Amino acid sequence: MTTVEHAAGATRASGRVGLDRQSITGLVFGVLGIALLAGVAPAISGTSRRFNFEPPPDPAGIGFHPPTWVIAIGVLFLLTAVLGFAPPEARRWATPARLLSALAVIPLLLVLSLALSDNPSTNIVNLFNESLVLATPLALGATTGLWCERSGIINIGIEGTMLAGAGIGYMTYATIGDAQSTGWLWFSILISVLAGGLVAALLAVLSIRFGVNQIVGGVVINLFALGLTGFLRSEVIVKTGITTGVGTSEFGLPLLSEIPVIGDQLFRGKPIYWMMYLVVIGTWLVMFRTPWGLRVRSCGENPHAAETLGVNVVRIRYQSVILGGLIAGLAGAWFSMESQTRFEDNMTNAAGFIALAALIFGKWTPWGAFGGALLFGFSRALGTRLQFLGVEVSGFEIPSEFLQALPFIVTLVVVAGAVGRSIPPAAAGQPFQRSK
Amino acid sequence: MLEVEGITKAFPGVVANDDVSLTLNQGEIHCLLGENGAGKSTLVNMVFGLYRPDQGIIKVRGEEVHFEDSGDAIDRGIGMVHQHFQLIPVFTVAENIILGNEVTKGAFLDLDSARRQIDSLAERYGLAVDPDATVGDLSVGEQQRVELVKALFRDADILILDEPTAVLTPGEVDDFFGVVESLTGQGKSIIFITHKLREVLAVADRITVLRAGRVVGTAAAEGATQQSLANLMVGRDVVFRVDKAEADPGAPVLRTQGLRVADDRGVETVTGFDVEVRAGEIFGIAGVEGNGQRELVEAVCGMRPTAGGRVEMLGQETTDWSPRKINELGVAHVPENRSKHGVVAQYTIADNLVLNRYHQRKFSQRGVRNTAAINAEAQELVEQFDVRTPGVDAFIDTLSGGNQQKVIVARELTGDLKALVVAQPTRGLDVGSIEFIHRKIIELRDRGVAVLLVSAELDEIMSLSDRIGVLYRGRLAGTVNAADATREELGLLMATGSSEGQR
Ligand SMILES: Nc1ncnc2c1ncn2[C@@H]1O[C@H](COP(=O)(O)OP(=O)(O)OP(=O)(O)O)[C@@H](O)[C@H]1O
Ligand SMILES: [Mg+2]
Repeated sequence: MTTVEHAAGATRASGRVGLDRQSITGLVFGVLGIALLAGVAPAISGTSRRFNFEPPPDPAGIGFHPPTWVIAIGVLFLLTAVLGFAPPEARRWATPARLLSALAVIPLLLVLSLALSDNPSTNIVNLFNESLVLATPLALGATTGLWCERSGIINIGIEGTMLAGAGIGYMTYATIGDAQSTGWLWFSILISVLAGGLVAALLAVLSIRFGVNQIVGGVVINLFALGLTGFLRSEVIVKTGITTGVGTSEFGLPLLSEIPVIGDQLFRGKPIYWMMYLVVIGTWLVMFRTPWGLRVRSCGENPHAAETLGVNVVRIRYQSVILGGLIAGLAGAWFSMESQTRFEDNMTNAAGFIALAALIFGKWTPWGAFGGALLFGFSRALGTRLQFLGVEVSGFEIPSEFLQALPFIVTLVVVAGAVGRSIPPAAAGQPFQRSK
Repeated sequence: MLEVEGITKAFPGVVANDDVSLTLNQGEIHCLLGENGAGKSTLVNMVFGLYRPDQGIIKVRGEEVHFEDSGDAIDRGIGMVHQHFQLIPVFTVAENIILGNEVTKGAFLDLDSARRQIDSLAERYGLAVDPDATVGDLSVGEQQRVELVKALFRDADILILDEPTAVLTPGEVDDFFGVVESLTGQGKSIIFITHKLREVLAVADRITVLRAGRVVGTAAAEGATQQSLANLMVGRDVVFRVDKAEADPGAPVLRTQGLRVADDRGVETVTGFDVEVRAGEIFGIAGVEGNGQRELVEAVCGMRPTAGGRVEMLGQETTDWSPRKINELGVAHVPENRSKHGVVAQYTIADNLVLNRYHQRKFSQRGVRNTAAINAEAQELVEQFDVRTPGVDAFIDTLSGGNQQKVIVARELTGDLKALVVAQPTRGLDVGSIEFIHRKIIELRDRGVAVLLVSAELDEIMSLSDRIGVLYRGRLAGTVNAADATREELGLLMATGSSEGQR
C-alpha cells in the first residue's frame, strides 16, 4: 500500500482534507491554466509567428497565432485540473488528461518563447533534430543505468564511466592517430568503449565482490575518473600539442534522407548517434525477449529466488554491469570524438546524472528511458535556442543562464506530476550473498 | 531414490544438522518432523544444492552427487517448494516458471510454447494456474501452485515440500493433498515437511523425526499417533487441550460499527462489520479465508484505510489512525504475513524484538540507542519464548521460519497491553510452541486484555476463544458462545453464512 493511496483513501472515507499527488498536480495545472487564459493570452494578443520546416532562404513552414495556442492549452490544463478533483467514476479520464497536459508543455514552451522574442520564425524540424542529437549521451547513459539496476546494482558512477571513456579514447586518438586519421578514430572509439567496461568492472568488483555500499562505490568511480582524466589531459593530451582534430562524420540514411524538406534534416547524422538507436533497440530485445535478459531482471527483483533455480546471480550481475559500462564508454566517445573532437576536464558535465533522471522518468524501461533522454535533450536544445532568439518580457531581456535552466525546471516539475510513482527493481542496491 | 548419509552442517553458533541420515524410496511420501529450528529446512536445502554439507554424502538413484548449486540438483530431477516462496512478484506466472530453464525459439524466449507446456502440466496434475497472471496479484494458494508447477516443469521426480500447507486454508489443503496423491500416483517421490500431525498421519508412508539437528527416529506411519509423534519431537509430553478458566469479561475495549474496507484491487471485502470485544475475553473470528479477514485486521490496526464506518478503541474513535498511534494506546498486532509486516529481515533479532518500543525511554536516551538495555530485554524474551538462536545479535533471517514467528509473538505480547489483534499466531509453529503461545494468550486474557483472534485453524479458534464470530462475505454471519459451538455448526456458517443452511 502506498502512502498516496492511503491518503486518497483516508480523504474519501472520512471527509478529512488531505493532499495527494493527484490533487497537487490538479492544482498546479489549474493555476497554470488560469494564468495562461487570464494573464498570458491577453499579453501576447495580436502576435503572429511562423514555424519553419527548413533553413532559410525562403523556407517552407506554417504561420500561427500564439494567443490561440495559449488559450487552447490553457483550457486543456483547466480540464485536467477539474478532472483531478472529479468523482471516482470520472477519474479514468484524469490520467490521460494529465499525460496530454504534460506533453502540451513542450509546444507551450515553444509557442511562448517565440511569441516573446522579436524573431518572427524559427526552424522546428531542426530543433527536433538537435534534441535527438543532444539526447544521444543521455539515452546511452540511461541504458547503462538500466542494465545495472535491472540486475540489482545501483550505478551512480555512470558520469565517471562516460568521462573515463571520453578521456581515454581521445588520448588514444591524439597520441597514435594525431586526431586526424579515420582508422585510428574508430580504434579510439573502441578504446573508449573498453575503458567504460573496465571502469564498470571496477564498480562491479567493489560492490559485488567486496560488498561496498553501491552509492559509495559510484562516488568513488566518479572521483577517480575525474582525477584520472584530468591527469591524462594535462600530462598526455596537452603535451601532444593537439587541440582539435577530425571527428566522426555525418551520413544520410539511404532513401529516408531523400524525403523532401525534412529528410535532409532528420535522417542525416553521425555514427554514434545512429548507434544509440541500435543500443536502445538491442537493449529492449535482449532484456525482454531473451533468456539471459529474463535472468538479469530476476537478479534485480529477487536474487534469492533466482538462485534457487540455478541462476548464477553473481555472474549475471558482473555481466550486466560491464555491459552497461561498455555502453557508457560509447557515450564518452560521443563527447570527445563525435560532438566535439577534443577533451576538456569534466566534459560530460553531469550527463551521467541526467541520464539517471531519464531512467527514473522512464520507469526502468528502455523506451521510457529513451523518452526521458529525449525530453532532456529537448530541454537542452530549447535552452540554447532561446538564447539566440532573445526572449524579452516587458522590455526586459531574460538572462541566458535562466533561459538555459528554465526548460529543465518546467519539464521536471510537470513530468514529475504526470509520470507518477516510478518503482525501481525490488533488489536494486541490495548486496547478494550466495547461500553456503 | 535418494539417500542421505551422515550429513553434518554447522552455521556460526549452531549445528543445524548433526550426522543425519535418511532414505527416500520410489513413490513414497516421507514426512520430516521436528520442532522449530530442528534443522528440517537446512537438511532439504542441502539436498536441493542451496547449502553445501560440511560432512556426509548424498546419493541420488544410487549415485553420489556433489551439488554446486540448485541448477545441479534440478538437473538430477530434484524439485523443491520452499518454506518461504521463491517467486518474483512482478513477473508473470509463465516467466517465473521458465526462469533458469527457458523455452526458446532461436535466441528468443518462446512464451507461447511455454504457456502450452504449463497448461498441459496444469491439466495433468490438476494444478490450475493462469500463465499470464502477474504472480504478485495471486493468492497464497495460487502462488503455491505456481511453485509446484515450477518443479514439475523441470521434470522433477523427487519433490521436496517444505511446510507447504502452513499457509493454506483448509479447503486449499484438501485440494493440495489431491494433487500430492496424483503426483505419487505418477511415480514421484516426496519429502514432506509439516507441523500438522494430523496431515502426517493421513499421508505419510514413513516418518523421520529430527530434534536439535539429530535424527531421533524413523518409522513407518502405521502405529504412530499424534501423541507419540509429538512426544518424540519435543522430548516431553505435549498437552493438546488448552485449559482455561471461564472468561470474566469487562468493559468494551475494541468496537467496530458498519466497518467497510476495500482490498488492494479496490473491491470491498469488509462490508459492514460490527463487533464488540470486551476486556478479558477472546473473540475468535472464523471464516473461509478471503472473506475479508486480512482487510479487517489491517483496517483495525491502521494499516489500511477504511472505506466507511468506524473503529473505536478504549472509548476513542481510532478510524484511520496511524499504526503507531494505535500501538501507543496499548494495542498489539501479530500480523498474518510474517516476512512482509512482521520482521525487518536486515535487522538483528534484538532490534526486531524492540521494533515497537525502540523509542521508549528505556531503550533510547535523547535519540541515542541504549544497546545494553535492548540486548538485555531481547535476551530475556528469547529465553522466555524459547527462540532457538545462537544469540540476539544474529540477523533475523538466519532463524528458522517458526522461530521468526516466535520473535514476532514475543515482541507483540510484551508490554502494557490493553488489546491484542492476532492473525494466524501459530502458523508454522511446532506443537510445543503452539501450546506455549496459546497459554500466553490466555494469560493475557486473564489479565484483562481484549483479544481479537483471526485464524484459519478451526481447532485453534475453538479451543482459545470465548466467543466465536463467523466472517462471511465481509460481515458477521453469526456469533456463538465457544462453549456450545460445534464444528458442524461453524462449518455450516462458514460455508453458507447461515446456520439454517443455504439461504
Ligand atoms: N543461513 C543461516 N545462517 C545461520 N544459521 C542458520 C541459517 N539457516 C538456519 N540456521 C539455523 O539453523 C537451525 C535450523 O534451522 P532450520 O531452518 O533448518 O529449522 P527448521 O527445522 O526448518 O525449523 P522451522 O520449522 O521453524 O522451519 C536454526 O537454529 C537456525 O537458526
Ligand atoms: Mg523450516
